[in-house]
Amino acid sequence: MKEEKRTNWVLTVVLILGTITVFFPLYMAFIIAFKQPSEMTNDVAGALAFPSTWSFENFRQAMEVTDFWRSLGNSLLITIATIVIAIVIHSIAGYAIGRGMAERKGFKFIYLYIVSGMFVPFAILMMPLVKQTAQMGLGNRLGVILLYVVFYMPMNVMLYTGYLKNIPLALEEAAYIDGATTWTTYWKVIFPMMSPMHATVAILTALGTWNDVMTPLVIMSGTGINTLPLAQLNFQTQFGTNYNLAFASYILALIPILLFYIVCQKQILNGVANGAVKG
Amino acid sequence: MKSKMTTREKTFWAITIPVVLLFFTFNTLPMLKGFMYSFTNYRGYGGYDYVGFRNYKDLFTDLRVGKSYLFTFKYALVGTVLVNVLSLIMALGLNSQIRFKSALRGIYFVPNILGGLVIGYIFSFFFTYIVPAVGNALNISWIQNSILASEKYAWIGVLIVGVWQAVATNTIIYISGLQTVPEDVYEASNLDGATKWQEFWKVTLPLVIPFLTINLVLSTKNLLMVFDQIMSLTKGGPAQSTESISYLIYRNGMDGGQFGFQSANAVIFFLVIVGITVAQLTIMNKKEEQL
Repeated sequence: MKEEKRTNWVLTVVLILGTITVFFPLYMAFIIAFKQPSEMTNDVAGALAFPSTWSFENFRQAMEVTDFWRSLGNSLLITIATIVIAIVIHSIAGYAIGRGMAERKGFKFIYLYIVSGMFVPFAILMMPLVKQTAQMGLGNRLGVILLYVVFYMPMNVMLYTGYLKNIPLALEEAAYIDGATTWTTYWKVIFPMMSPMHATVAILTALGTWNDVMTPLVIMSGTGINTLPLAQLNFQTQFGTNYNLAFASYILALIPILLFYIVCQKQILNGVANGAVKG
Repeated sequence: MKSKMTTREKTFWAITIPVVLLFFTFNTLPMLKGFMYSFTNYRGYGGYDYVGFRNYKDLFTDLRVGKSYLFTFKYALVGTVLVNVLSLIMALGLNSQIRFKSALRGIYFVPNILGGLVIGYIFSFFFTYIVPAVGNALNISWIQNSILASEKYAWIGVLIVGVWQAVATNTIIYISGLQTVPEDVYEASNLDGATKWQEFWKVTLPLVIPFLTINLVLSTKNLLMVFDQIMSLTKGGPAQSTESISYLIYRNGMDGGQFGFQSANAVIFFLVIVGITVAQLTIMNKKEEQL
């Protein structure tokens, strides 16, 4: 028994060495972002050796070319608005549908209707949605936010109704006896109790929307509004063959989500595991 | 109490109906429209006529569509196997008696939080400059030119990036699966003198089958819908050898004047995804019952 608890050092070393597969691409991007085009020789060292001087000039230029702060602002706006709306609307919908399901068949049907939306690939919605949002004046950030709220509804409603099964009905009944309405009971009693699920929903929705390219690409095309990933796509021609400038821009695009990950790593890993397992 | 329950139900409906309307407007309605357009010769602008099932008939003879299905299936199939084998191995490693466990778990998840598009651009440089430079130095002929420029090997480049990112998520899910296996099960199998190999196949794997199901469904679905990596690595090339179904629908449906035709393609794609998911779930449920 004692033997089993001993640290497996061989495996530890193998796994540490294995992190090269994660770090190498990032290291390469980082190094290239600091170099000058003249330092990019045609061998491995040309790309991977340290730069002769560490200058932030590429980053400054990349920020200017891609209008970094505005793209970042758009990405933040879209992601944060989506998360807030998703938590409010999806949790209350999950509550109404989840509790309703126990009493009326109609809610069960609605539950299945919404959850089956998980199978619908964006490809089939894409073309009609572009027409539809344009007609409704939603070919903009608001439209993208609205679409995300709809796209993440199946998963989030399922997560919330699933979580609700763990919250005893007796709690609500006690509030009714005290004269509270269903509405106030929800906000005062149930909503706070679903906090762990709010975190999971926020993280899964955030990871999905922050990195998404396809939705903003087709919905906001021609408006000149960029999200952070979209800016990388739209400024490819301006980077030209200046890889150093391009990589500085990529690094800038990766930094916000990396920072978020470093701060919330534990919650993110839990969120991803919970989301998949409960879903 | 009775009237209270009725107001309660009314509140539920008052919440549910607007939500359903929102969902209908931006999910079901466009899907129905897409279905409708699939029976037209709409080009994305101007007028159109209904053409019955012609688009569907044409789909099966269109070489480019056929090629995109071949690529997408090859990619998703090889990808799903690789992702699940690798992530299960990773999870076993990261769940055993090692040091720096949480740090290592954290690091191996990083590829998943990074966006596929930017990662694709970074790997594109890697495949175009670094790999050929290594190939030249070591005299390995098939990587002396960029694999992304090769009709034969470009899909492998896309696959490497897709797998690199997907392994991260599946590993986390397998780890949470392994954690549900109680310690005394292993103790029992140790007492019975089972080897590590037997222990894995007879004890561990059967107990994490539900997680295998989740991971199979998740990774197959995500790999089938590959788009971002194509956009940044190959743009479907060379010679359309890496054109995924999603990418083709986007490319020709949005700009190529094939709105109606690609809508039919999207309908078939949708049915294929539903079919594969249902098949996976049925097969895996049977496996779960057997155990």
